[in-house]
Amino acid sequence: MPSPKPKIAVHKFSSCDGCQLAFLNLGEDLLRLAELVDIVHFAEAGAVAAEAAADIAFVEGSVTTRDEIERIQAIRANSKYLITIGACATAGGLQALRNGVTNAAEWVAAVYAAPEYIKSLPTSTAIAQHVRVDLELWGCPVTSRQVLAAVRDLLFGVQPLNPADSVCMECKRRGNVCVLVAKGEPCMGPVTRTGCGALCPSFGRDCYACFGPSEQTNTAALGKRFQGLGLMPEQIAQRFLFINNAAEPFAAAGRIWLEKSHE
Amino acid sequence: MSEPREVTVNVPLMARVEGEGALALRIRDGRIEELKLRIFEPPRLFEKFLEGRRFDEVPDMVARICGICPVAYQMSAVHAIESIFGIDPGPWVRATRRLFYCGEWIESHSLHIHLLAAPDFLGYASVTDMARDYPEEVRRGLRMQELGNALIGLLGGRSVHPVGARVGGFHHAPSPEQTQALLQKLQAALPAAEALVAWTASLDLPAVEQDFEYVSLRHAQEYPMNEGRIVSNRGLDIGIDAFDREFQELQVPHSTALHCLHQGKPYLVGPLARLNLNFDRLPQPVRETASATGIAWPSANVYHSIVARAVEIHYAVVEAIRLLQAYQRPSQPFVAAQPRAGVGYGCTEAPRGMLWHRYELDDQGRVLNARIVPPTSQNQARIEEDLRLSIEAFGTDRPEDELRRRAEVVIRNYDPCISCATHFLDLTVDRE
Repeated sequence: MPSPKPKIAVHKFSSCDGCQLAFLNLGEDLLRLAELVDIVHFAEAGAVAAEAAADIAFVEGSVTTRDEIERIQAIRANSKYLITIGACATAGGLQALRNGVTNAAEWVAAVYAAPEYIKSLPTSTAIAQHVRVDLELWGCPVTSRQVLAAVRDLLFGVQPLNPADSVCMECKRRGNVCVLVAKGEPCMGPVTRTGCGALCPSFGRDCYACFGPSEQTNTAALGKRFQGLGLMPEQIAQRFLFINNAAEPFAAAGRIWLEKSHE
Repeated sequence: MSEPREVTVNVPLMARVEGEGALALRIRDGRIEELKLRIFEPPRLFEKFLEGRRFDEVPDMVARICGICPVAYQMSAVHAIESIFGIDPGPWVRATRRLFYCGEWIESHSLHIHLLAAPDFLGYASVTDMARDYPEEVRRGLRMQELGNALIGLLGGRSVHPVGARVGGFHHAPSPEQTQALLQKLQAALPAAEALVAWTASLDLPAVEQDFEYVSLRHAQEYPMNEGRIVSNRGLDIGIDAFDREFQELQVPHSTALHCLHQGKPYLVGPLARLNLNFDRLPQPVRETASATGIAWPSANVYHSIVARAVEIHYAVVEAIRLLQAYQRPSQPFVAAQPRAGVGYGCTEAPRGMLWHRYELDDQGRVLNARIVPPTSQNQARIEEDLRLSIEAFGTDRPEDELRRRAEVVIRNYDPCISCATHFLDLTVDRE
């Protein structure tokens, strides 16, 4: 007798929905995936059972409300294997730029005329700050290849691979001209995790680190290199404090250059 | 006389930017006393953290507001910033941005028609359920969505948060080999795009006419995407810099999505508004296919939105073919930007409707303040108005599950960001 199909859930927190599109943009492969697994919860695709037990739970988005703290704990309890997808779930996302801002309440007041109706935490935090996470897939957005590879590996019973070398390695493999060396662009590739396919350098532009920090980041050396290119300390800080601003190596480098900008 | 009762329709879970929403209906003596579409969108405060960032970071930041229509956010932003700098990027950039936008319309409309809306009209919970009985229609839709993604990818590297757009143009121009390959795919997809229009019109769409204002851009020659004046069926005709004076955003206690009103009244933006106001700007073959459905355009039936989406897919395929046939690789795909201080506006037609941006920059090109009015906040009051009219016409004494289902169909028809999750509306009834 065939064993029952593995159950998959896709949950959304505070996000742009772009990482869920790694599934919804699969084209005809989406129908094939639906044959391989049982999609128990995926609101955007029409399956809703937020409380259902799942073998693999994919989580998109960051935690920005009290309700979301409770939800992620319930999801953890109902899931065997929990995978964060994307910069928001894995590092708090672009919206983590509000963390540590002393006047966060004023920000809300500036956008909303009646801020008392807005129930939001002062911070945007990664899922792993609230519950145990089994696998973190970086990327803003993650790719279909990443999520399918994770599903396939888990179906085969092996721990998914999660490459952490830098974008530079990918550029070398592709034979790209280095935009940092040849064009003097402030490329974040040397400290950024691979996985996008080195899209920006392939287009002749500088990487902006949407896949988060690579292993063995040398942010200090890169910051100095940017200074040598003529960037002001504030601009260098902003290079690190972007899509993955709350990821620790970038947050630390950003703090250092912000302090220098005030000297 | 029906029993006095209070009906509450809850949406405890919403995908898209609106994390949580509910529909509260209070019905008494067959009349709707109160109707609130509650949207809980965890505020991400984009307008605030844009402040202090340099102009060249803006396109990559605003893309993150929406994973389904990042091109729209990038296009409204670059046009606003270029107007401040006094840049005219020239005909190649103009044509290529149009091509880029065709990709997003094809992708987003295909996704909405097949994954979100069509299951409503054919009685399925999801596209994968629907695929068992309608395999060819679903595969045609998914292939069309892939084609849209491929077009965005050609110019942006990837379809979600593409990296190709910049102030002044594009970072990269694709090679003629790449554009030729895509041109062939688009030409091959033309019959499918025509068939899609007929198929959406053959769905069992409710025949409901309502009297409402619809608003879109209008361009002197073209079907509107990146440029034009803001017009309506009630005689509105203004430049995009006058949006602020005609339209007001306000906050209502039951929703974190700001409501935008025109002179205090709801209005519609999106594919039906665009098509109604710009039918004469479509090329002849697209007009013929649209008219062959038997629908008399302009249409006052909001359910014709799904057909309007299909017509716009057909148009985007035809337009992309025209643009790719004329494509030549330029020596440089952008003009350099020289920052200067000022205020600028950008208004482009996102798949879901007009997306209006306003930026004030300092002389270094850093953002002093930003305002963004997305289509969903513009449509929200119209959705509430439609719900009120539709539920009363439908019959308020119907069983709750029928009311819930009808409300879901009404909401999803607008393709709001909340439509993604409204396959699940939880209905609770308190009887007095």
